Amino acid sequence: MARQLMKGNEAVAEAAVRAGLQSYFGYPITPQTELLEYLSRRMPEIGRPFVQAESELGAINMVYGAACTGARVMTSSSSPGISLMMEGLSYIAGTEVPVVIVNVMRGGPGLGNISPAQSDYTQMVHGGGHGDYHVIVLAPSTVQESVDLTVLAFDLAEKYRSIVAILTDGSIGQMMEPCEMPPMQPLKTEFPAWAATGAAGRERNVLSSIYLNVNEEEKANLRMMRRWLEVEANEVRFREYYTEDAKFLVVGFGSAGRVALSAVRAARAEGIPVGLLRPITLAPFPKKQLEELSKRVEGILVVEMNGGQMLDDVRLITSGRTPIEFFARLGGVMPLPDELLEEIRRLAKGPLTTEGDPRTRWLARMG
Amino acid sequence: MQKEIIIAGFGGQGVLFAGQLLAYAAMEYGKETTWIPSYGPEMRGGTANCTVIVSDEEIGSPVVRFPAGVIALNLPSLDKYEPLVSPGGVLVVNQSMINRGVTRSDILNVVIPASEIAEGIGDKRMTNMVLLGGLLANLPVLPLEALEQAIREHTPERHKRLIPLNIQALREGAAFLAQKV
Repeated sequence: MARQLMKGNEAVAEAAVRAGLQSYFGYPITPQTELLEYLSRRMPEIGRPFVQAESELGAINMVYGAACTGARVMTSSSSPGISLMMEGLSYIAGTEVPVVIVNVMRGGPGLGNISPAQSDYTQMVHGGGHGDYHVIVLAPSTVQESVDLTVLAFDLAEKYRSIVAILTDGSIGQMMEPCEMPPMQPLKTEFPAWAATGAAGRERNVLSSIYLNVNEEEKANLRMMRRWLEVEANEVRFREYYTEDAKFLVVGFGSAGRVALSAVRAARAEGIPVGLLRPITLAPFPKKQLEELSKRVEGILVVEMNGGQMLDDVRLITSGRTPIEFFARLGGVMPLPDELLEEIRRLAKGPLTTEGDPRTRWLARMG
Repeated sequence: MQKEIIIAGFGGQGVLFAGQLLAYAAMEYGKETTWIPSYGPEMRGGTANCTVIVSDEEIGSPVVRFPAGVIALNLPSLDKYEPLVSPGGVLVVNQSMINRGVTRSDILNVVIPASEIAEGIGDKRMTNMVLLGGLLANLPVLPLEALEQAIREHTPERHKRLIPLNIQALREGAAFLAQKV
Protein backbone atom coordinates (compact mmCIF):
# COMPACT_ATOMS: atom_id res chain seq x y z
CA MET A 1 0.00 0.00 0.00
CA ALA A 2 1.21 3.52 -0.80
CA ARG A 3 2.55 5.66 2.00
CA GLN A 4 0.26 8.40 3.24
CA LEU A 5 1.13 11.52 5.19
CA MET A 6 -0.70 11.35 8.49
CA LYS A 7 -0.82 13.06 11.83
CA GLY A 8 0.32 10.75 14.64
CA ASN A 9 -2.97 10.88 16.53
CA GLU A 10 -5.04 10.15 13.42
CA ALA A 11 -2.68 7.38 12.35
CA VAL A 12 -3.18 5.62 15.69
CA ALA A 13 -6.94 5.95 15.26
CA GLU A 14 -6.97 4.54 11.73
CA ALA A 15 -4.56 1.74 12.70
CA ALA A 16 -6.91 0.78 15.55
CA VAL A 17 -9.87 0.67 13.14
CA ARG A 18 -7.88 -1.58 10.82
CA ALA A 19 -6.81 -3.79 13.71
CA GLY A 20 -10.48 -4.52 14.32
CA LEU A 21 -11.40 -1.96 16.99
CA GLN A 22 -15.01 -2.81 17.80
CA SER A 23 -15.92 0.03 20.10
CA TYR A 24 -14.25 3.18 21.34
CA PHE A 25 -15.04 5.21 24.44
CA GLY A 26 -13.26 8.46 25.25
CA TYR A 27 -13.31 12.04 26.37
CA PRO A 28 -11.54 14.94 24.63
CA ILE A 29 -8.29 16.40 25.91
CA THR A 30 -5.40 18.14 24.13
CA PRO A 31 -2.99 16.98 22.68
CA GLN A 32 -4.92 13.77 22.07
CA THR A 33 -8.20 15.16 20.71
CA GLU A 34 -7.57 14.45 16.99
CA LEU A 35 -7.59 10.75 17.83
CA LEU A 36 -11.06 10.91 19.34
CA GLU A 37 -12.27 13.34 16.69
CA TYR A 38 -11.09 11.06 13.89
CA LEU A 39 -12.85 8.07 15.41
CA SER A 40 -16.05 10.06 15.96
CA ARG A 41 -16.23 10.29 12.16
CA ARG A 42 -14.71 6.98 11.19
CA MET A 43 -16.43 4.55 13.56
CA PRO A 44 -20.06 5.44 12.68
CA GLU A 45 -19.07 5.44 8.99
CA ILE A 46 -18.34 1.71 9.27
CA GLY A 47 -21.15 0.95 11.70
CA ARG A 48 -19.08 0.60 14.86
CA PRO A 49 -19.87 2.26 18.19
CA PHE A 50 -18.09 5.47 19.15
CA VAL A 51 -19.07 6.92 22.50
CA GLN A 52 -17.96 10.25 23.88
CA ALA A 53 -18.43 9.57 27.57
CA GLU A 54 -19.41 12.17 30.15
CA SER A 55 -15.92 12.00 31.66
CA GLU A 56 -12.72 9.95 31.69
CA LEU A 57 -14.19 7.90 34.55
CA GLY A 58 -17.17 7.09 32.40
CA ALA A 59 -14.98 6.23 29.42
CA ILE A 60 -12.68 3.83 31.26
CA ASN A 61 -15.57 2.00 32.89
CA MET A 62 -17.37 1.67 29.56
CA VAL A 63 -14.16 0.23 28.15
CA TYR A 64 -14.05 -2.15 31.13
CA GLY A 65 -17.57 -3.39 30.47
CA ALA A 66 -17.05 -3.75 26.73
CA ALA A 67 -13.75 -5.60 27.26
CA CYS A 68 -15.61 -8.18 29.36
CA THR A 69 -17.45 -9.25 26.21
CA GLY A 70 -14.11 -10.10 24.57
CA ALA A 71 -14.45 -7.28 22.02
CA ARG A 72 -11.48 -5.24 20.81
CA VAL A 73 -11.86 -1.98 22.72
CA MET A 74 -9.80 1.13 23.24
CA THR A 75 -9.75 4.49 24.94
CA SER A 76 -7.33 7.37 24.66
CA SER A 77 -6.50 10.44 26.67
CA SER A 78 -3.66 12.65 27.81
CA SER A 79 -1.92 12.77 31.17
CA PRO A 80 -4.53 14.41 33.46
CA GLY A 81 -7.26 12.31 31.85
CA ILE A 82 -5.22 9.14 32.29
CA SER A 83 -4.84 9.93 36.00
CA LEU A 84 -8.63 10.00 36.24
CA MET A 85 -8.76 6.53 34.69
CA MET A 86 -6.45 4.88 37.20
CA GLU A 87 -9.12 3.27 39.37
CA GLY A 88 -10.74 1.74 36.29
CA LEU A 89 -7.39 0.51 35.01
CA SER A 90 -6.73 -1.31 38.27
CA TYR A 91 -10.15 -2.99 38.06
CA ILE A 92 -9.49 -3.97 34.43
CA ALA A 93 -6.11 -5.42 35.42
CA GLY A 94 -7.71 -7.28 38.32
CA THR A 95 -10.40 -8.71 36.04
CA GLU A 96 -7.76 -9.81 33.51
CA VAL A 97 -9.52 -8.44 30.44
CA PRO A 98 -7.74 -7.05 27.38
CA VAL A 99 -7.83 -3.27 26.90
CA VAL A 100 -5.77 -0.87 24.79
CA ILE A 101 -5.24 2.65 26.10
CA VAL A 102 -3.36 5.48 24.46
CA ASN A 103 -1.71 8.17 26.56
CA VAL A 104 -0.59 11.19 24.53
CA MET A 105 1.53 12.68 27.30
CA ARG A 106 1.70 16.40 28.07
CA GLY A 107 3.56 18.61 30.53
CA GLY A 108 2.62 18.29 34.20
CA PRO A 109 2.03 17.62 37.06
CA GLY A 110 -1.50 18.84 37.55
CA LEU A 111 -3.13 20.58 34.62
CA GLY A 112 0.34 21.45 33.35
CA ASN A 113 0.25 22.37 29.68
CA ILE A 114 -0.41 20.89 26.25
CA SER A 115 3.22 20.46 25.16
CA PRO A 116 4.99 17.11 24.81
CA ALA A 117 6.45 15.43 27.90
CA GLN A 118 7.35 11.94 29.12
CA SER A 119 6.50 12.41 32.74
CA ASP A 120 3.95 9.58 32.94
CA TYR A 121 6.65 6.91 32.56
CA THR A 122 6.48 5.85 36.19
CA GLN A 123 2.70 6.03 36.27
CA MET A 124 2.34 3.72 33.27
CA VAL A 125 5.35 1.44 33.74
CA HIS A 126 5.24 0.99 37.51
CA GLY A 127 1.55 1.08 38.22
CA GLY A 128 -0.60 4.14 38.79
CA GLY A 129 -3.61 2.22 39.99
CA HIS A 130 -3.59 0.23 43.19
CA GLY A 131 -2.66 -3.39 43.59
CA ASP A 132 -0.13 -5.77 42.07
CA TYR A 133 -0.39 -5.59 38.32
CA HIS A 134 1.63 -4.93 35.21
CA VAL A 135 0.75 -3.07 32.05
CA ILE A 136 2.50 -3.71 28.74
CA VAL A 137 3.79 -0.28 27.73
CA LEU A 138 4.72 0.49 24.11
CA ALA A 139 6.59 3.70 23.26
CA PRO A 140 6.57 4.69 19.59
CA SER A 141 8.90 7.40 18.31
CA THR A 142 7.53 7.93 14.80
CA VAL A 143 4.14 7.94 13.13
CA GLN A 144 4.88 4.62 11.40
CA GLU A 145 5.86 3.06 14.69
CA SER A 146 2.66 4.43 16.25
CA VAL A 147 0.71 2.57 13.57
CA ASP A 148 2.63 -0.68 13.94
CA LEU A 149 2.48 -0.65 17.73
CA THR A 150 -1.25 0.06 17.74
CA VAL A 151 -1.86 -3.13 15.78
CA LEU A 152 0.51 -5.03 18.04
CA ALA A 153 -1.20 -3.61 21.13
CA PHE A 154 -4.50 -5.35 20.35
CA ASP A 155 -2.77 -8.67 19.73
CA LEU A 156 -0.74 -8.47 22.93
CA ALA A 157 -3.73 -7.38 24.99
CA GLU A 158 -5.65 -10.46 23.90
CA LYS A 159 -2.71 -12.84 24.09
CA TYR A 160 -1.95 -11.93 27.70
CA ARG A 161 -5.40 -10.73 28.85
CA SER A 162 -3.61 -7.53 29.71
CA ILE A 163 -3.84 -3.78 29.50
CA VAL A 164 -1.56 -2.48 26.77
CA ALA A 165 -0.69 1.20 26.94
CA ILE A 166 0.63 3.11 23.97
CA LEU A 167 2.70 5.82 25.56
CA THR A 168 3.21 8.64 23.12
CA ASP A 169 3.33 12.43 23.44
CA GLY A 170 2.11 15.69 22.00
CA SER A 171 5.00 15.84 19.56
CA ILE A 172 4.41 12.42 17.98
CA GLY A 173 0.65 12.96 18.16
CA GLN A 174 0.73 16.28 16.31
CA MET A 175 3.45 15.63 13.74
CA MET A 176 2.77 14.40 10.21
CA GLU A 177 4.94 11.68 8.71
CA PRO A 178 4.58 9.17 5.91
CA CYS A 179 3.18 5.87 7.06
CA GLU A 180 1.91 2.67 5.61
CA MET A 181 -1.38 1.43 7.02
CA PRO A 182 -1.99 -2.24 7.70
CA PRO A 183 -4.74 -3.99 5.73
CA MET A 184 -8.26 -3.85 7.16
CA GLN A 185 -8.80 -6.85 9.43
CA PRO A 186 -12.28 -8.33 9.62
CA LEU A 187 -14.03 -7.86 12.95
CA LYS A 188 -13.75 -10.74 15.38
CA THR A 189 -16.57 -13.23 15.21
CA GLU A 190 -15.20 -15.68 17.75
CA PHE A 191 -14.74 -14.71 21.35
CA PRO A 192 -12.64 -16.28 24.09
CA ALA A 193 -14.17 -18.83 26.45
CA TRP A 194 -13.89 -16.46 29.44
CA ALA A 195 -15.91 -13.67 27.78
CA ALA A 196 -19.42 -12.60 28.78
CA THR A 197 -21.13 -13.51 25.53
CA GLY A 198 -24.49 -14.73 26.80
CA ALA A 199 -24.58 -17.91 28.84
CA ALA A 200 -27.11 -19.87 26.79
CA GLY A 201 -26.30 -23.55 27.13
CA ARG A 202 -23.24 -23.09 29.31
CA GLU A 203 -22.27 -22.07 32.80
CA ARG A 204 -22.13 -18.35 33.48
CA ASN A 205 -18.79 -16.55 33.15
CA VAL A 206 -18.25 -14.25 36.10
CA LEU A 207 -15.82 -11.42 35.42
CA SER A 208 -14.83 -9.38 38.43
CA SER A 209 -11.83 -8.07 40.32
CA ILE A 210 -13.30 -8.98 43.70
CA TYR A 211 -11.87 -12.00 45.52
CA LEU A 212 -13.12 -11.94 49.10
CA ASN A 213 -11.42 -15.26 49.70
CA VAL A 214 -7.79 -14.27 50.21
CA ASN A 215 -6.51 -17.59 48.92
CA GLU A 216 -8.38 -17.06 45.67
CA GLU A 217 -6.99 -13.53 45.44
CA GLU A 218 -3.48 -14.84 45.98
CA LYS A 219 -4.05 -17.41 43.27
CA ALA A 220 -5.17 -14.67 40.88
CA ASN A 221 -2.16 -12.55 41.80
CA LEU A 222 0.23 -15.45 41.23
CA ARG A 223 -1.41 -16.19 37.88
CA MET A 224 -0.90 -12.60 36.80
CA MET A 225 2.71 -12.57 38.03
CA ARG A 226 3.51 -15.77 36.10
CA ARG A 227 1.85 -14.34 33.02
CA TRP A 228 4.07 -11.29 33.33
CA LEU A 229 7.15 -13.53 33.32
CA GLU A 230 5.96 -14.82 29.96
CA VAL A 231 5.54 -11.26 28.72
CA GLU A 232 9.08 -10.47 29.87
CA ALA A 233 10.43 -13.56 28.14
CA ASN A 234 8.65 -13.02 24.82
CA GLU A 235 7.74 -9.42 24.19
CA VAL A 236 10.81 -7.22 24.69
CA ARG A 237 11.30 -4.82 21.81
CA PHE A 238 13.95 -2.15 21.21
CA ARG A 239 16.04 -0.48 18.52
CA GLU A 240 19.80 -0.16 18.59
CA TYR A 241 21.67 2.40 16.54
CA TYR A 242 25.46 2.43 16.01
CA THR A 243 26.09 0.22 19.05
CA GLU A 244 28.43 -2.36 17.43
CA ASP A 245 31.61 -0.45 18.22
CA ALA A 246 30.17 2.05 20.73
CA LYS A 247 32.24 3.13 23.72
CA PHE A 248 29.43 5.32 24.94
CA LEU A 249 25.72 4.68 25.00
CA VAL A 250 22.69 6.94 25.01
CA VAL A 251 19.42 5.48 26.31
CA GLY A 252 16.18 7.27 25.46
CA PHE A 253 12.64 6.36 24.39
CA GLY A 254 9.95 7.96 22.25
CA SER A 255 10.55 11.61 21.36
CA ALA A 256 13.67 11.91 23.53
CA GLY A 257 14.99 8.78 21.82
CA ARG A 258 14.61 10.22 18.35
CA VAL A 259 16.10 13.58 19.30
CA ALA A 260 18.99 11.54 20.74
CA LEU A 261 19.37 9.78 17.38
CA SER A 262 20.14 13.12 15.71
CA ALA A 263 22.65 13.95 18.43
CA VAL A 264 24.29 10.51 18.20
CA ARG A 265 24.72 10.92 14.44
CA ALA A 266 26.23 14.38 14.93
CA ALA A 267 28.59 13.00 17.59
CA ARG A 268 29.59 10.13 15.28
CA ALA A 269 30.41 12.74 12.62
CA GLU A 270 32.82 14.26 15.15
CA GLY A 271 34.41 10.86 15.73
CA ILE A 272 32.81 10.07 19.09
CA PRO A 273 32.04 6.32 19.20
CA VAL A 274 28.55 6.57 20.63
CA GLY A 275 25.47 4.42 20.11
CA LEU A 276 21.80 4.59 21.04
CA LEU A 277 19.49 2.11 22.71
CA ARG A 278 15.86 3.09 22.21
CA PRO A 279 13.52 0.89 24.24
CA ILE A 280 10.24 0.32 22.38
CA THR A 281 8.66 -1.75 25.14
CA LEU A 282 9.10 0.22 28.35
CA ALA A 283 7.41 -2.67 30.10
CA PRO A 284 8.79 -5.25 29.64
CA PHE A 285 12.00 -3.18 29.60
CA PRO A 286 14.91 -4.42 27.45
CA LYS A 287 16.84 -5.36 30.58
CA LYS A 288 19.11 -8.00 29.09
CA GLN A 289 20.14 -5.81 26.18
CA LEU A 290 20.92 -2.87 28.43
CA GLU A 291 22.80 -5.11 30.84
CA GLU A 292 24.97 -6.47 28.04
CA LEU A 293 25.62 -3.05 26.53
CA SER A 294 26.45 -1.63 29.96
CA LYS A 295 29.27 -4.18 30.27
CA ARG A 296 30.75 -3.07 26.94
CA VAL A 297 30.59 0.72 27.19
CA GLU A 298 32.56 3.20 29.27
CA GLY A 299 29.65 5.48 30.06
CA ILE A 300 25.90 5.85 29.60
CA LEU A 301 23.82 8.99 29.06
CA VAL A 302 20.12 8.66 29.90
CA VAL A 303 17.94 11.22 28.12
CA GLU A 304 14.31 11.82 29.03
CA MET A 305 11.57 14.44 29.05
CA ASN A 306 10.94 13.84 32.74
CA GLY A 307 12.95 14.07 35.93
CA GLY A 308 14.71 10.72 35.56
CA GLN A 309 11.90 8.21 35.84
CA MET A 310 13.52 5.72 33.44
CA LEU A 311 16.93 6.67 34.85
CA ASP A 312 16.03 4.83 38.04
CA ASP A 313 15.33 1.65 36.04
CA VAL A 314 18.56 2.03 34.08
CA ARG A 315 20.52 2.39 37.33
CA LEU A 316 18.85 -0.70 38.77
CA ILE A 317 19.58 -2.77 35.67
CA THR A 318 23.22 -1.67 35.38
CA SER A 319 23.81 -2.22 39.14
CA GLY A 320 26.31 0.60 39.46
CA ARG A 321 28.86 -1.06 37.17
CA THR A 322 28.80 1.64 34.51
CA PRO A 323 29.15 5.40 34.96
CA ILE A 324 25.84 7.09 34.17
CA GLU A 325 25.00 10.70 33.35
CA PHE A 326 21.53 12.13 32.92
CA PHE A 327 19.96 14.91 30.88
CA ALA A 328 16.35 16.01 30.65
CA ARG A 329 14.11 18.88 29.71
CA LEU A 330 10.91 19.13 31.68
CA GLY A 331 7.45 20.60 31.75
CA GLY A 332 6.69 20.36 28.03
CA VAL A 333 10.10 21.48 26.70
CA MET A 334 11.57 19.27 23.99
CA PRO A 335 15.34 18.82 24.18
CA LEU A 336 17.12 19.95 21.00
CA PRO A 337 19.73 17.87 19.19
CA ASP A 338 22.50 20.40 19.85
CA GLU A 339 21.86 20.24 23.61
CA LEU A 340 22.15 16.47 23.55
CA LEU A 341 25.27 16.64 21.37
CA GLU A 342 26.85 18.84 24.03
CA GLU A 343 25.92 16.22 26.67
CA ILE A 344 27.46 13.43 24.58
CA ARG A 345 30.66 15.47 24.15
CA ARG A 346 30.76 15.98 27.91
CA LEU A 347 30.25 12.26 28.51
CA ALA A 348 33.04 11.33 26.06
CA LYS A 349 35.42 13.86 27.59
CA GLY A 350 34.86 12.64 31.14
CA PRO A 351 35.73 12.31 33.94
CA LEU A 352 33.28 9.45 34.42
CA THR A 353 32.17 8.17 37.77
CA THR A 354 29.96 5.54 39.29
CA GLU A 355 29.76 7.63 42.47
CA GLY A 356 26.92 9.93 43.40
CA ASP A 357 23.58 10.54 41.70
CA PRO A 358 23.49 11.53 38.01
CA ARG A 359 20.29 13.43 38.71
CA THR A 360 22.00 15.68 41.24
CA ARG A 361 24.77 16.50 38.75
CA TRP A 362 22.22 17.26 36.01
CA LEU A 363 20.24 19.55 38.30
CA ALA A 364 23.43 21.42 39.17
CA ARG A 365 24.14 21.89 35.44
CA MET A 366 20.59 23.14 34.81
CA GLY A 367 21.36 26.07 37.17
CA MET B 1 21.29 14.31 3.03
CA GLN B 2 18.99 15.99 5.50
CA LYS B 3 17.52 19.49 5.27
CA GLU B 4 15.46 21.20 7.93
CA ILE B 5 13.14 24.05 6.99
CA ILE B 6 11.21 26.38 9.24
CA ILE B 7 8.31 28.36 7.76
CA ALA B 8 7.12 31.15 10.03
CA GLY B 9 4.57 33.95 9.89
CA PHE B 10 1.22 35.09 11.16
CA GLY B 11 -1.68 32.69 11.48
CA GLY B 12 -3.68 32.79 8.25
CA GLN B 13 -0.67 33.30 5.96
CA GLY B 14 -0.71 29.66 4.94
CA VAL B 15 2.39 28.73 6.89
CA LEU B 16 1.19 25.31 8.00
CA PHE B 17 -0.24 24.42 4.59
CA ALA B 18 2.96 25.42 2.77
CA GLY B 19 4.86 23.12 5.11
CA GLN B 20 2.43 20.28 4.52
CA LEU B 21 2.77 20.65 0.75
CA LEU B 22 6.53 20.43 1.14
CA ALA B 23 6.12 17.27 3.22
CA TYR B 24 3.73 15.72 0.69
CA ALA B 25 6.15 16.53 -2.12
CA ALA B 26 9.03 15.00 -0.17
CA MET B 27 7.09 11.82 0.58
CA GLU B 28 5.96 11.39 -3.00
CA TYR B 29 9.51 12.04 -4.22
CA GLY B 30 10.60 9.05 -2.11
CA LYS B 31 12.16 10.93 0.80
CA GLU B 32 11.63 10.60 4.50
CA THR B 33 9.89 13.63 5.94
CA THR B 34 8.50 15.05 9.18
CA TRP B 35 6.13 18.01 9.50
CA ILE B 36 5.58 19.44 12.93
CA PRO B 37 3.62 22.57 13.80
CA SER B 38 4.89 24.99 16.37
CA TYR B 39 3.44 23.73 19.43
CA GLY B 40 3.59 25.65 22.66
CA PRO B 41 3.34 29.16 24.04
CA GLU B 42 4.46 30.78 20.77
CA MET B 43 1.15 29.70 19.24
CA ARG B 44 -0.58 32.32 21.30
CA GLY B 45 1.33 35.35 20.01
CA GLY B 46 -0.61 35.21 16.75
CA THR B 47 2.42 33.66 15.04
CA ALA B 48 2.41 30.26 13.40
CA ASN B 49 5.31 28.18 12.32
CA CYS B 50 6.18 24.68 11.32
CA THR B 51 9.30 22.64 10.81
CA VAL B 52 9.66 20.33 7.84
CA ILE B 53 12.54 17.88 7.65
CA VAL B 54 13.42 16.15 4.40
CA SER B 55 15.92 13.33 4.55
CA ASP B 56 17.27 10.24 2.83
CA GLU B 57 17.33 8.25 6.06
CA GLU B 58 15.24 7.72 9.20
CA ILE B 59 14.61 11.15 10.70
CA GLY B 60 15.79 11.71 14.25
CA SER B 61 14.73 14.90 15.96
CA PRO B 62 11.57 16.54 14.59
CA VAL B 63 12.79 19.88 15.92
CA VAL B 64 16.06 21.70 15.28
CA ARG B 65 17.67 24.84 16.61
CA PHE B 66 19.66 25.63 13.49
CA PRO B 67 17.61 24.96 10.33
CA ALA B 68 19.13 24.81 6.82
CA GLY B 69 16.32 26.94 5.46
CA VAL B 70 13.92 29.54 6.83
CA ILE B 71 10.98 31.29 5.21
CA ALA B 72 10.06 34.40 7.19
CA LEU B 73 6.68 35.83 6.24
CA ASN B 74 6.71 38.66 8.75
CA LEU B 75 9.05 40.74 10.92
CA PRO B 76 8.72 38.79 14.20
CA SER B 77 9.63 35.64 12.29
CA LEU B 78 12.66 37.28 10.70
CA ASP B 79 13.80 38.62 14.08
CA LYS B 80 13.46 35.20 15.65
CA TYR B 81 14.94 32.98 12.95
CA GLU B 82 17.54 35.09 11.13
CA PRO B 83 20.17 34.39 13.82
CA LEU B 84 19.38 30.66 13.77
CA VAL B 85 19.78 29.78 10.06
CA SER B 86 22.73 27.40 9.92
CA PRO B 87 25.81 28.91 8.22
CA GLY B 88 25.58 28.40 4.48
CA GLY B 89 21.80 28.00 4.78
CA VAL B 90 19.04 29.92 3.02
CA LEU B 91 16.85 32.68 4.42
CA VAL B 92 13.82 33.62 2.33
CA VAL B 93 12.20 36.89 3.34
CA ASN B 94 8.81 38.31 2.43
CA GLN B 95 9.93 41.85 1.64
CA SER B 96 6.31 43.02 1.32
CA MET B 97 5.75 42.59 5.03
CA ILE B 98 9.20 43.37 6.41
CA ASN B 99 10.64 46.85 6.53
CA ARG B 100 14.24 45.96 7.29
CA GLY B 101 17.12 44.36 5.49
CA VAL B 102 18.87 41.12 6.34
CA THR B 103 22.14 41.40 8.21
CA ARG B 104 23.66 37.89 8.05
CA SER B 105 26.44 37.56 5.48
CA ASP B 106 27.23 33.85 6.00
CA ILE B 107 23.93 32.63 4.57
CA LEU B 108 22.07 33.02 1.28
CA ASN B 109 19.48 35.77 1.54
CA VAL B 110 16.55 35.62 -0.82
CA VAL B 111 14.45 38.75 -0.57
CA ILE B 112 11.14 38.59 -2.43
CA PRO B 113 8.24 41.08 -2.59
CA ALA B 114 6.10 37.99 -2.30
CA SER B 115 2.75 39.46 -1.26
CA GLU B 116 2.88 41.93 -4.18
CA ILE B 117 3.76 39.16 -6.62
CA ALA B 118 0.92 37.03 -5.26
CA GLU B 119 -1.49 39.94 -5.62
CA GLY B 120 -0.28 40.46 -9.16
CA ILE B 121 -1.06 36.84 -9.95
CA GLY B 122 -4.51 37.30 -8.51
CA ASP B 123 -4.63 36.44 -4.82
CA LYS B 124 -2.55 37.59 -1.87
CA ARG B 125 -3.10 34.21 -0.23
CA MET B 126 -0.54 32.73 -2.64
CA THR B 127 2.29 34.60 -0.91
CA ASN B 128 3.30 31.33 0.74
CA MET B 129 3.74 29.63 -2.64
CA VAL B 130 5.89 32.46 -4.01
CA LEU B 131 8.20 32.13 -1.00
CA LEU B 132 8.27 28.34 -1.21
CA GLY B 133 9.39 28.68 -4.83
CA GLY B 134 12.11 31.04 -3.66
CA LEU B 135 13.30 28.52 -1.09
CA LEU B 136 13.41 25.58 -3.49
CA ALA B 137 15.34 27.55 -6.10
CA ASN B 138 18.08 28.25 -3.58
CA LEU B 139 18.14 25.26 -1.23
CA PRO B 140 18.72 21.89 -2.89
CA VAL B 141 16.01 19.89 -1.18
CA LEU B 142 13.47 18.91 -3.85
CA PRO B 143 12.93 19.77 -7.51
CA LEU B 144 10.27 22.39 -8.19
CA GLU B 145 8.31 19.81 -10.21
CA ALA B 146 7.81 17.69 -7.06
CA LEU B 147 6.11 20.68 -5.41
CA GLU B 148 4.01 21.38 -8.50
CA GLN B 149 2.79 17.78 -8.40
CA ALA B 150 1.98 18.11 -4.67
CA ILE B 151 -0.01 21.29 -5.38
CA ARG B 152 -2.02 19.44 -8.02
CA GLU B 153 -2.75 16.51 -5.73
CA HIS B 154 -3.18 18.04 -2.32
CA THR B 155 -4.95 21.35 -2.83
CA PRO B 156 -8.28 21.06 -1.00
CA GLU B 157 -11.32 20.60 -3.21
CA ARG B 158 -12.71 24.09 -2.56
CA HIS B 159 -9.49 25.70 -3.83
CA LYS B 160 -8.94 23.50 -6.90
CA ARG B 161 -9.42 26.42 -9.29
CA LEU B 162 -6.36 28.06 -7.76
CA ILE B 163 -4.00 25.22 -8.76
CA PRO B 164 -2.63 26.85 -11.95
CA LEU B 165 -2.21 30.17 -10.11
CA ASN B 166 -0.42 28.48 -7.20
CA ILE B 167 1.96 26.82 -9.64
CA GLN B 168 2.56 30.16 -11.32
CA ALA B 169 3.24 31.70 -7.89
CA LEU B 170 5.74 28.94 -7.09
CA ARG B 171 7.54 29.51 -10.41
CA GLU B 172 7.68 33.29 -10.06
CA GLY B 173 9.16 32.87 -6.60
CA ALA B 174 11.71 30.43 -7.97
CA ALA B 175 13.02 33.16 -10.27
CA PHE B 176 14.58 34.90 -7.27
CA LEU B 177 18.12 33.72 -6.75
CA ALA B 178 20.06 34.59 -3.65
CA GLN B 179 22.05 37.78 -3.53
CA LYS B 180 25.63 36.67 -3.12
CA VAL B 181 27.16 38.50 -0.19
